[in-house]
Amino acid sequence: MAGPVLEMRSIVKTFPGVKALSDVTLTVRQGEVHAICGENGAGKSTLMKVLSGVHSHGSYEGEILFEGEPCRFRNIRASEQRGIVIIHQELALVPYLSLAENIFLGNEHARRGFINWNETLRHATRLLRQVGLDDHPETRVADIGVGKQQLVEIAKALSKKVKLLILDEPTAALNDEDSGKLLDLILELKKQGITSIIISHKLNEIRRVADSVTILRDGRSIETLDVKASETTEDRIISGMVGRDLDHRFPERTPHRAEEGAAPALEIRNWTVYHPIDRTRKVVDDVSVHVRRGEIVGIAGLMGAGRTELAMNVFGRTYGRYAGGTVLKDGREIQTRHVADAVAHGIAYVTEDRKHYGLNLIDTINRNISLTALDKVAKRGVVDEHEERKVAEGFRRSMNIKAPTVFEPVGKLSGGNQQKVVLSKWIFAGPDVLILDEPTRGIDVGAKYEIYTVIDQLAAEGKAVVFISSELPELLGMCDRIYTMAAGRLTGEFSRAEASQEALMRQMTKDKEVTR
Amino acid sequence: MSTDVTATTSAPAPPGKDGPASGGGLLQLMRDGLRRNMRQYGMLIALGLIVALFAWLTDGDLLLPRNVSNLVLQNSYILVLAVGMMMVIIAGHIDLSVGSLTAFVGAFAAVLTVQQDISWPVAVVLCLLVGAVAGAVQGFFIAYGGIPSFIVTLAGMLIFRGLTEILLAGQTLGPFPEGMQKIGNGFMPEAGPETNYHNITLLLGIALIVFVVLQEIRDRGRQQEFALDVLPRNIFLLKLAVMASAILVVTLLLASYKGAPIVLLILGVLVVGYSYVMRNTVFGRHIYAIGGNLPAAKLSGVKDKKVTFLVFVNMGALAALAGMAIAARLNAASPKAGLNYELEAIASAFIGGASMSGGVGTVFGAIIGGLVLGVLNNGMNLLDVGTDWQQVIKGLALLAAVGFDVWNKRRVGS
Repeated sequence: MAGPVLEMRSIVKTFPGVKALSDVTLTVRQGEVHAICGENGAGKSTLMKVLSGVHSHGSYEGEILFEGEPCRFRNIRASEQRGIVIIHQELALVPYLSLAENIFLGNEHARRGFINWNETLRHATRLLRQVGLDDHPETRVADIGVGKQQLVEIAKALSKKVKLLILDEPTAALNDEDSGKLLDLILELKKQGITSIIISHKLNEIRRVADSVTILRDGRSIETLDVKASETTEDRIISGMVGRDLDHRFPERTPHRAEEGAAPALEIRNWTVYHPIDRTRKVVDDVSVHVRRGEIVGIAGLMGAGRTELAMNVFGRTYGRYAGGTVLKDGREIQTRHVADAVAHGIAYVTEDRKHYGLNLIDTINRNISLTALDKVAKRGVVDEHEERKVAEGFRRSMNIKAPTVFEPVGKLSGGNQQKVVLSKWIFAGPDVLILDEPTRGIDVGAKYEIYTVIDQLAAEGKAVVFISSELPELLGMCDRIYTMAAGRLTGEFSRAEASQEALMRQMTKDKEVTR
Repeated sequence: MSTDVTATTSAPAPPGKDGPASGGGLLQLMRDGLRRNMRQYGMLIALGLIVALFAWLTDGDLLLPRNVSNLVLQNSYILVLAVGMMMVIIAGHIDLSVGSLTAFVGAFAAVLTVQQDISWPVAVVLCLLVGAVAGAVQGFFIAYGGIPSFIVTLAGMLIFRGLTEILLAGQTLGPFPEGMQKIGNGFMPEAGPETNYHNITLLLGIALIVFVVLQEIRDRGRQQEFALDVLPRNIFLLKLAVMASAILVVTLLLASYKGAPIVLLILGVLVVGYSYVMRNTVFGRHIYAIGGNLPAAKLSGVKDKKVTFLVFVNMGALAALAGMAIAARLNAASPKAGLNYELEAIASAFIGGASMSGGVGTVFGAIIGGLVLGVLNNGMNLLDVGTDWQQVIKGLALLAAVGFDVWNKRRVGS
């Protein structure tokens, strides 16, 4: 095999409060397809941002050698000039410009600012052929599907004379057919001598296209395996991904014993959701789950498994297009077509994206907490500010929100404290069922423990808790029962005793197999 | 002017330190409060400086009782519009149609009272209704139709201007019945013995001071009852004294001329009322919530469409009120009435601390912003500055106010 084209040595990248990468080493050989896998938050995307200059030289420690020369990229442009091109999960195409315009965006065939259209179209056509597209280069990007858009991104990379192509979860948004085409193209490019790095957690994909795989876990590179070697099984990769010590602590919890006979607090039956724009793609496919009072039920899955999509569609159709399914509350069917209905039925959904969907960052702690249940502190439509302040002060103490007063804008709080505000807001609404979506994402260990304690307390008070998370240790530490989802389907259900990281991960990485 | 009342009642009291404040603590407290409410105090100080500057440039003419009275009459309709516009902008929208709508309602009022001889109180009610309906139609397209407010109200701006000219056949229509005229340039009636001052205005001013002081004391009492932090006693007394004397000065100025203009009274009611709505009601909170973060507000169960719709209905009704005030003051409905008023109202809101992206601003801020523009207008008129340069200077004032805001935010790092 050829020698290394890329070496990243001892990369350390720290964000305020979090060490995203601590000592990562990656070696990619000339002409191979190199997969990187790991759980959400393992540091895959951060590593690629370091490599491509999104995080500029000087903002990280460690050394990068590309084709034997040290690299000090100040920005993406600098890395692209060396032939390293990254294609992000969120495509960076301008929907209302043509394919040709997008391919050469920032890199136009132009003379003194005037675009040479003949040259542009000819070159674009050639590049599109190369990635297997026969669309006219003047077609608008908005008029082609997501699968083809992904190919246009690759054509764009080719126009930049790419030597090392980085694909960040390229198939996450694609259906099977488009995924297959994309993987074939990666193999085709390999024949043309282009090295690729592909970030993915779909093990079947890795097995299909990759030559070697590097596993990241908690910001460290764990190992690099030869995919073609016989001992590299899916189980082997999984154990690399999850095999960490349980360094989080969890509150002592007496497992819940389901009361026989009583109807579940919340039951979702045969729920199906389509993608809001791509109407051919099912993001949630015939999922049935339930949760009882006093029970904490986990839903495990990797990105794109459909967990958030399920929760948000049930909660007032706030994501995607509903295509069937019923919700039962305490055994009686209810309608949750609007958020207000869901809230009125005692359901709360605590979002995974607190900045965009959870909080009004420019407003104060007290006003954020009271928003969902303003009527509780209002008489005839008039808010009693003193009462509101008292309520907020209460939460500030009981949840240990670190802020001088409740009049602090929540945008100034740390992630953990913001999360506590979101939780306070929904606890104040007084729900029977809480759906918590990644409640500990992006917050430090200390705050995590506090949030686990709150969740435990809620269950002890008889609330039903649905706990969506990608972090297996926290699910294993907190839940009475765990469902697994993959690619929109329910792939397993485990009792507390049956569940283990390996068993869960196996079901979470199951792509197109039948439910057990 | 009595609108100052809301300044201090609506600004959140800076939470005090534990225990009685020493001399150093007092300074510290004031500095903290200033930093926290930089925008509000900043605009108040700027307004004070502008008033002082023009008072000096005009040898005190600016603060002559007659001129203060005039200032109120000239700017009242912009202030009325600015209140509604502030709410629209907080909700994350814009309304370009209000200038045309004021003209349209003025024309409608003229047709009713001058051509049709309908009694003026009935006409007033009908005009308010027409304004609300106009707002409702636009609000419907914006909230339920999902058409951007900029587009809908730009269309409204053209449509209402055109309808005004159709209604008036391009002519000026007047004069209005006497009752109607009073909305624009009437004063409070006088009663009681002959003093050098306007008795009723004096009484109103004193009543206002008593009301404000009692309200503040009651608020402080309730805060203590809930064991919340309150201002130290001496600072609280200072605050009361400043508020009371501000009201007193304006009252005396007005009372030594013809008394309080009726439109000022209407404005005062609006400001107090809308400040209360925006600050203390569920509806007001929901406006801030949808402007601050629409997806989060939706996920919290806020009925965002209904709130947006109502904000535009309200804007329409306020535009109608302003339209009647303009027509009444000119004593005629003109096809060119209210030209560019939407821009003055929008500028007032932004000078007064609104944000392009919504979610930020207070009714009081809109009033301060409107007054800054008003004093600039009036002061430059007194100095015989031409309208050409007036526009240049007002433009610079807008740029400076918002520029200061942006700079200040970046400095604080929020």
